[in-house]
Amino acid sequence: MDSEHQCQCAQQNEEELYPKLEEMIEQHKGRPTELIMALHKAQNLFGYLPKKAQEIISERLNVPISTICGVITFYSFFSTVPKGRHSIKVCLGTACYVRGGQQTLERVEKELNTKVGGTTEDRRFSVDVVRCIGACGLAPAMLVDNDVYGRVKSTKIMDILKKYE
Amino acid sequence: MIKVTINNINVEVKEGTTILEAAKKAGFAIPTLCYHPDLKPKGSCGICVVEVEGMPALKRACMTEVVNGWNIHTNTPLVRTTRKTILELILADHDMDCPTCIKNNRCELQNLAATIGISDIKYRKDPQTKKDIDNTSLSIVRDPNKCILCERCIQVCEEIQTVNALALSKRGSETVITDAFDTGLGNSVCVNCGQCTVFCPVGALYEKSDIDKVWEAINDPEKHVVVQEAPAIRAMLGEEFGMEPGTLVAGKMHAALRRMGFDAVFDTNFTADLTILEEGTEIVGRITGGGKLPVITSCSPGWIKFMETFYPHLSEYVSTAKSPQQMFGALSKTYYAEMKGIPPEKIVSVSIMPCTAKKFECKRPEMRDSNYQDVDYVLTTREIARMMRQAGIDLKEMPDEPADDPMGEYTGAATIFGATGGVMEAALRSAYFLVTGRELDDVDIVAVRGMDGVKEAEIDVDGLKLKVAVAHGLGNARKILDKVTEQLKNEGKSEYHAIEIMACPGGCVGGGGQPWGSDMARRTRRGETLYKEDKSLPYRRSHENPSIKLIYEKYLGKPNSEKAHHLLHTHYYKRSKIDGKVIND
Repeated sequence: MDSEHQCQCAQQNEEELYPKLEEMIEQHKGRPTELIMALHKAQNLFGYLPKKAQEIISERLNVPISTICGVITFYSFFSTVPKGRHSIKVCLGTACYVRGGQQTLERVEKELNTKVGGTTEDRRFSVDVVRCIGACGLAPAMLVDNDVYGRVKSTKIMDILKKYE
Repeated sequence: MIKVTINNINVEVKEGTTILEAAKKAGFAIPTLCYHPDLKPKGSCGICVVEVEGMPALKRACMTEVVNGWNIHTNTPLVRTTRKTILELILADHDMDCPTCIKNNRCELQNLAATIGISDIKYRKDPQTKKDIDNTSLSIVRDPNKCILCERCIQVCEEIQTVNALALSKRGSETVITDAFDTGLGNSVCVNCGQCTVFCPVGALYEKSDIDKVWEAINDPEKHVVVQEAPAIRAMLGEEFGMEPGTLVAGKMHAALRRMGFDAVFDTNFTADLTILEEGTEIVGRITGGGKLPVITSCSPGWIKFMETFYPHLSEYVSTAKSPQQMFGALSKTYYAEMKGIPPEKIVSVSIMPCTAKKFECKRPEMRDSNYQDVDYVLTTREIARMMRQAGIDLKEMPDEPADDPMGEYTGAATIFGATGGVMEAALRSAYFLVTGRELDDVDIVAVRGMDGVKEAEIDVDGLKLKVAVAHGLGNARKILDKVTEQLKNEGKSEYHAIEIMACPGGCVGGGGQPWGSDMARRTRRGETLYKEDKSLPYRRSHENPSIKLIYEKYLGKPNSEKAHHLLHTHYYKRSKIDGKVIND
């Protein structure tokens, strides 16, 4: 019941952002070459690219929806999945990989019941993979928001994540 | 002129000539795969690479223009190995179930493998990467496992048709060609024109087949199976049996269908004549009665869905007359059923069309004015040819036979429906009569013929100057529709009285259901054939057709009568530019 209530709130908030989106993309109206700029703005606003935002951008910039979907799926920066309040990035660079990064990732996926690129149902965490964050000496490493965690043991993961609400 | 050598043979060509064209002139065929004569060269496959002396890298022959003094080599060890490697990699990612593939023996990739000489595939596809076949469309099937990412389908959908239903999605080894949200063509803006199926070099895009259901109906003694064939079929079916493009096979086609077991062999040309009477009367009524102008034709179902999606503000201008296929369907289960005393539920109405969009059209929920689905099954030219081969019919050896009464007789005006400009020409031949009561002296209105994308003409009808326009291919349609939209907005009226639009380049002779391996040259030859048949027929004006006179006398009353409106006219919807679904205002 609680989670359902929360979810609706989130959606309501999202609805309120659309007039803002219209305002932000006004300058790109009828300019198909400015698609990526408009998508960036929309993603910053919503945290991801909801289908409705894609449709609005298609209509305003006069870009076919198929082209927009093509661009969004091409660039890994764009996401069509809502992002969580906190982002988990598990490093799978060479050093982290050899020292168990994969197991860390699997544990995170299992504990949060979500896959790479996904977001937990309560929108608390999104899970992603990065290739080397320059903390090879601490391998296997993991980022939660801007905090770096080194020598992550899979048994310690839940203790780390507890800190983020 | 530019002088180059191809494999040490001197050749002189015009500026702007590609290596591919120059080599052809010198007598060398360079293998291609993504290249198509009707599309802008894109060079996505790389099969056509050649060596140019002094150049560090191989050049793609399809998209590289020759430069004076170049020495080009199309058959060096490096060229051969490169082509082979490229092809091996394409094949490694391609489902090679050739004998059961719809394109077997007609596949450009298969032919290329034979030409280049591939005997072994070093790399194999991971069976885990099997992708789902898209069966959501009523007209077109998309099999991503066969797709070689040549992008011809995207090009024709984007550049020629301006529908943009297909695009590349994702990247690297995950790249697929799909509709916007990858929810299937049936849930997209696709207008079902099927040009992608004509341009696809492999078996990745093809029509949704109704062959099995039609055989089942034919073999069911309880069913009375009637068949109609579109005007364009008679100009293209021969190609499927090795005949020259543009061979007229009307009589042979009727004979073949009869031998396949259809109970009555009629002709869509009959209802094409009927369309002219209904639409012509509507045009004349709107001109003399101050109705909405221009009247835009409604025969092409790809165009209709395009209009509903991208130009819904013009829907009131589109003629309410159904397409000849749907008029035929409604009459087969009413007029014909009553005349023969056959219960309509026992009639199976089959149509042979050069078109994939007709499959969508016959399933539109409003197309049930006989109280049954008016047309049960639509077969493309390719499907009926497949059925004829299954039945062991050699079209070349068939005698010439006429279609059956009472829905088989047709005029020259009907047969030219299959070529761009034909509907307009046929309509003008009858409109002249409807307005003046006199016959047009010269029925050949050549200004609306030919392959120019947009054609215009002005006809003097007793002092009234009728301005008409014709567009074929939806990109060309946009040009004229944007102009009309502007005129209506700024001046309150348009300069045109009537506009013909066909979704496919060339009109129906260039339809999405035509034989594979087609290009604009073939479409042109088929069109010329229809004008030849027109000239050879005893009647060349729709209103002269004795069977048309009979149906009005016995059944419909007069054109645009209440009964005619009920059975032969329709209405349109507004559709979403995102998923093509009907929007209820």
